[in-house]
Amino acid sequence: MPIIHIDNKPYEVKDGKNLLEAVLSLGFNLPYFCWHPALGSVGACRQCAVKAFRDEQDTKGRLVMACMEPVRDNMRISIADSDAAGFRKHVIGWLMTNHPHDCAVCDEGGSCHLQDMTVMTGHNYRDYHFTKRTYNNQYLGPFLNHEMNRCIQCYRCVRFYKDFAGGKDLDVFAAHNHVYFGRQQDGTLESEFSGNLAEICPTGVFTDKTLKQHYTRKWDLTTAPSICQGCGLGCNIIAGERYGSLRQITNRYNGDVNGYFLCDRGRYGYEFVNSKERITEPLVRHYPGDAANGQPVLHHVRNRMKAGKVIGIGSPRASLESNYALKELVGAEHFYLGISENDHELVSLMLKILQQGPVRAATMQEAAAADAVLILGEDLTNTAPMLALSVRQAVRRIPVQEVVSSIHMPAWQDAAVREAVQESKGPLFILNVLETKLDELAAGAYHTAPDNIARIGFAVSHLLSGQVPEVTGMSDEGKAAAQKIAAALKAAKNPLIIAGYSSCNEAVIKAAANVAWALKEQGIDAMLSFTVPECNSMGLEMLGGHRLDSAIDEVMNGNAATVIILENDLYRRMDQHTANHFFDRCKDVILLDHLFNATAERANILLPAATFAEADGTLVSNEGRAQRFLQVFTAAGSMQESWRWLLQIATLNGHPVLQHLAHLDDIVVAIQQRYPVFTGIESLTPPADFRMAGQKIPRETHRYSGRTAMQANLHVSEPKPPEDEDTALSFTMEGYRGEPPSSVIPFFWAPGWNSVQSVNKYQVETGGPLHGGNPGKRLIEPKVNAQTKFYMEAPQPFLPLSGHLLLVPVYHIFGSEELSVHTPGIAERMPAPYIMLHSEDARRFQVTEGHLLYFTDKGHQYALPVIINDKLQKGAAGIPVGLPHMQVAEAPQLVKI
Amino acid sequence: MTNPWWIIGGVLFVLLNAAAGLIWLERRMLALWQDRYGPNRAGPFGILIVLADTLKLFFKEDWIPPFADKVVFVFAPAVVAASVLMSFVIVPFAPGIVVSDMNIGILFFLAMSSLGVYSIVLGGWASNNKYALLGAMRGASQMISYEVFMGLALMGVVVMSGSFNLSVIVEAQKNVWFIFPQLIGFVIFLIAGIAETHRLPFDIPEAESELVAGFHSEYSGMKFGMFFIGEYLGITLISAMVVVLYFGGWLGPSFLPPVIWFVIKTFAFIMLFILLRASMPRPRYDQLMEYGWKVLFPLSLLNLMVTAAIKLWLSTH
Amino acid sequence: MFSLLRSMWLIFLHMFHKRDTYQYPEQKAPLPARWRGRIALTRDPDGEERCVGCYLCAAACPVDCISLQATEDEHGRRYPEFFRINFSRCIFCGFCEEACPTYAIQLLPDFEMAEYNRQNLVYEKHDLLINSQGKYPGYNYYKIAGLAIHNKDKGDAQHEEPPVDIKSLLP
Repeated sequence: MPIIHIDNKPYEVKDGKNLLEAVLSLGFNLPYFCWHPALGSVGACRQCAVKAFRDEQDTKGRLVMACMEPVRDNMRISIADSDAAGFRKHVIGWLMTNHPHDCAVCDEGGSCHLQDMTVMTGHNYRDYHFTKRTYNNQYLGPFLNHEMNRCIQCYRCVRFYKDFAGGKDLDVFAAHNHVYFGRQQDGTLESEFSGNLAEICPTGVFTDKTLKQHYTRKWDLTTAPSICQGCGLGCNIIAGERYGSLRQITNRYNGDVNGYFLCDRGRYGYEFVNSKERITEPLVRHYPGDAANGQPVLHHVRNRMKAGKVIGIGSPRASLESNYALKELVGAEHFYLGISENDHELVSLMLKILQQGPVRAATMQEAAAADAVLILGEDLTNTAPMLALSVRQAVRRIPVQEVVSSIHMPAWQDAAVREAVQESKGPLFILNVLETKLDELAAGAYHTAPDNIARIGFAVSHLLSGQVPEVTGMSDEGKAAAQKIAAALKAAKNPLIIAGYSSCNEAVIKAAANVAWALKEQGIDAMLSFTVPECNSMGLEMLGGHRLDSAIDEVMNGNAATVIILENDLYRRMDQHTANHFFDRCKDVILLDHLFNATAERANILLPAATFAEADGTLVSNEGRAQRFLQVFTAAGSMQESWRWLLQIATLNGHPVLQHLAHLDDIVVAIQQRYPVFTGIESLTPPADFRMAGQKIPRETHRYSGRTAMQANLHVSEPKPPEDEDTALSFTMEGYRGEPPSSVIPFFWAPGWNSVQSVNKYQVETGGPLHGGNPGKRLIEPKVNAQTKFYMEAPQPFLPLSGHLLLVPVYHIFGSEELSVHTPGIAERMPAPYIMLHSEDARRFQVTEGHLLYFTDKGHQYALPVIINDKLQKGAAGIPVGLPHMQVAEAPQLVKI
Repeated sequence: MTNPWWIIGGVLFVLLNAAAGLIWLERRMLALWQDRYGPNRAGPFGILIVLADTLKLFFKEDWIPPFADKVVFVFAPAVVAASVLMSFVIVPFAPGIVVSDMNIGILFFLAMSSLGVYSIVLGGWASNNKYALLGAMRGASQMISYEVFMGLALMGVVVMSGSFNLSVIVEAQKNVWFIFPQLIGFVIFLIAGIAETHRLPFDIPEAESELVAGFHSEYSGMKFGMFFIGEYLGITLISAMVVVLYFGGWLGPSFLPPVIWFVIKTFAFIMLFILLRASMPRPRYDQLMEYGWKVLFPLSLLNLMVTAAIKLWLSTH
Repeated sequence: MFSLLRSMWLIFLHMFHKRDTYQYPEQKAPLPARWRGRIALTRDPDGEERCVGCYLCAAACPVDCISLQATEDEHGRRYPEFFRINFSRCIFCGFCEEACPTYAIQLLPDFEMAEYNRQNLVYEKHDLLINSQGKYPGYNYYKIAGLAIHNKDKGDAQHEEPPVDIKSLLP
């Protein structure tokens, strides 16, 4: 470890870093703009100047840019040197010459890196009295606001958008002091990661447009650590509330999971919390002649729970606690997983593979460090967007390593490394039904039917391991692909195999497992990554329960009269005819949910369930990582956590176990005792009685304003603030002001660092883990010495059937998820329902683009407008999944045209 | 002789009203000396402020802190008013107007004023509050110290009159008020008297800039009112005693009845007390003690010795 | 000792000095222009609200008695959707006025705002907004800020160049 001398004091730093990283990791304050821990250095802004000295005798020194200077042993630098400080002050003075007098009306104000750095350098007064440059702004879609006047030309936006996230439509235009960051013309930013620009931009050029609708400064938000509910990856987020509505989602750094970034579904999909469709009060729909009016709703619930006749339907988007409470309440034998048959088959298979196989599930950061990637039947950008971003980084790994070792260029030298790497990419192979956005990076992208994807996967594993039988009847094309893939994977050190739910094909999952296991057998440290449909799909599967089909049977056979449905819209789990039939046969339906959905229309009793922002709970992500989300604010009305409703019902019914549980900690311990697979979730966050210096951890910053006025319109006396009995956090600004444990960081802030860049102060080293380790606990670890039981049976090749089409699901980042579509911006970017056909099939059925295609499924007629796409396998038809008003529920399946 | 109950009743009535009136008087006088008006709204010259204050005190929440020693806490303010009122028993307002013309009058006065210490100590102790306790400790040491030479200063008067009986002392001033032969004794007695009533500048036990309100920090409502009344009664008492001992009591030209002379003289000293409050800064606690023991104490001894010597010399010649 | 007596005498003489007191309800005290009294929201020279809803006053307030919500009109001009001051908490420290970047919030020489009902001390925007520029006539924040609003496009503010033509190749 090299020793560097900063202002004549020796410090030990990590080798291979640049000086800026080293200095920030040591806790010094050194201003910077163009450098970002995830993007590396380009030395463009000249802001991080320090003085470097040749040796001890050298008193003159020379100015160097810390971000461009690798650390060397016995290096002598000075941060406080007056030349360096003066230089930094002047640089910011120049950056500010054209910066407008805007802070009061700028959404970045109060969390602005430029503000922080200006104060840090001591540039207090403007010396420049001449005219300012101005720009016209662009419309960039529903997510981002553009205000180019504020730009300081640090290039971070294009470096993230183009270089890091692979976007195509944001670039830098014009020249000299006219450079312009924007699109070629007004229009929605296409990248799924565009929202990160709001955090990447050191000032207010790109700001969060949904926040602007209900603008609140960072210091005024009540925030809490939370987990994104948008997909199964479990990205860490910070959710902020003001005046009783959720205002903003920002990234919460987790070195193992999402790092510095979020996808747009996660960042903007929060507005369902504020939706007018929310169920805010319990509702009891009475029978004719039911005289129970005026009773507390829980008595109604009890009256309708006849022993032995009650079944519970869980939910993959409800917390582990809620699912457990329901399972205990109705009894394990009456608990049904509220997921479609397909999802259940797939997720349970994934769980089995990860629990019993020898290959570990990759964290997203491990995925980003893979040196070869094989994607089987997944359009990651739409099903697990942040994993797609990881794959983009993984693809760069091999060429960057080559550059680092051949021309001895450190990897953080971003511009130079990109220059050296040019277009060369690491091995990425994609097998999918349709083209994906990642195809452009792939060494090989093949589009074929799911069964054929599985067959190629089996063929690859056969080539890697003799234990897997040869796949018979492979096409030459398929054989060539398999050979190419097998060769690339064999050459890798830690290849990553990705499969998931969107192919809706068990054989694809098995093929992925086979490939990973075969590589493991070869001594290659392979990793698996399975995408799961919803935020707690994995947790629900680990908790276990019967199939949803059995629940339908129970009701149809009259064995069950009352159904308790937990945070689930069954119309999304089965086709509407089955669902209608099911509800017709139910005597009582008790629903706990957030929004008035189709299921809510059929329920007799509605209990308002708190969303993630109003609830505490635990989710298990696709890698088996249990993570806790904490309540942000106390909901209006009677909304409360589903598990709390269920505990109250249980207490009223005198349930032997549940009636003794009251708080989050109780229920977490109970889950752990009952289901050893969840051991460790107790310590995900500190217990409710955890105190730092005798105090709770405040959800509000010390600058939180308006406490004595915000509710004064209702009554001039302030009500007592709500107390949090479930967690170590408090709902007020009172509490411990230092750094909290990494799992309960409600906001990132450090003295002098108001912007999100303050995350540096919470990390062991820049870009490294948080102090005390990254939060979350992996519940699934591979069986290291397990006997590998390969899957032997490859599926038959897909053959188009005349008069029929195989419906394959097409997922959309904006639209396929149930709750996020309640954000107006996301709804705006949602596609209209369609059916996607190959042009030959279209000719066969005599339709063209825009025509309605009629088909029948289980005796019901459907009609959808046609879209032509020749990348699609002939004989297959893509239909978007989960869009509101898409009534076809089940894919894949063969339908008759 | 009139019925003693009338005298007791009369004295009590006058004293309590005077003490209450003093609240108004002090506020008005302080205001005048500070270029203000003081309370001038309620009633003529604002005199009804006394009534308003009393009503306010009665309607204040009578709060006993949960951490206090409740019995003692309630008992302490009663002691202060009672002990001061008891001292008035021996004050001769005019010939025949005295509650008890006992022949150990001065000793009784000293005994009663010593009892006043208890109210401070007990009040401060029972409050169970560091400021109150500090105030009480200061008060106790201050009062005990100053009592010593208060008594010694008085002895000069006793020596000259040859009696502890206050009526006799007054009569003994027929020719010359003791202020002239006993000037030093008077000064010492006056200073000790201020300290005894812990009035400014010697309000060290309740120094608000250091101790919140000293021994009565925790008191509110009428219990605080008792301390308040006690203080003003104390002023009246010391003023009356000064008049009796050094200024010829009720003696004066006969165009006014004796009791009026007494009242006028007492009133003048009360005004002096208020003027002192308006003009003096508060000494430090150690300065107060040092001044008492190192200056006043020897001085009072000297005064007593000289007085006694002269008396002895006079009686033998 | 003499100095004590002298000071007593001097203080005694104050009895005959002139009173400094204003006999308030009958005789009003002259308040200086910078007196920190009732808080008002002023308007700019064009008669528009000066407040842009930047939340700095709320953040500066030591008793947290200001709360507001910023919003925008269709042209991007910011204004407070609601603006509430709880005067039963206000300590008239004037920090809000110092923090205000647009001279919108100003403390006026008026203190006669007592109420029998505390609830009446909660002032909403229509109670606070006055039809005046207050102590700082002539200042218009949007004439200086770079943001485009109705009737003031990019480049129209003071010391601004016209917007850059990014398609131009001229140096």
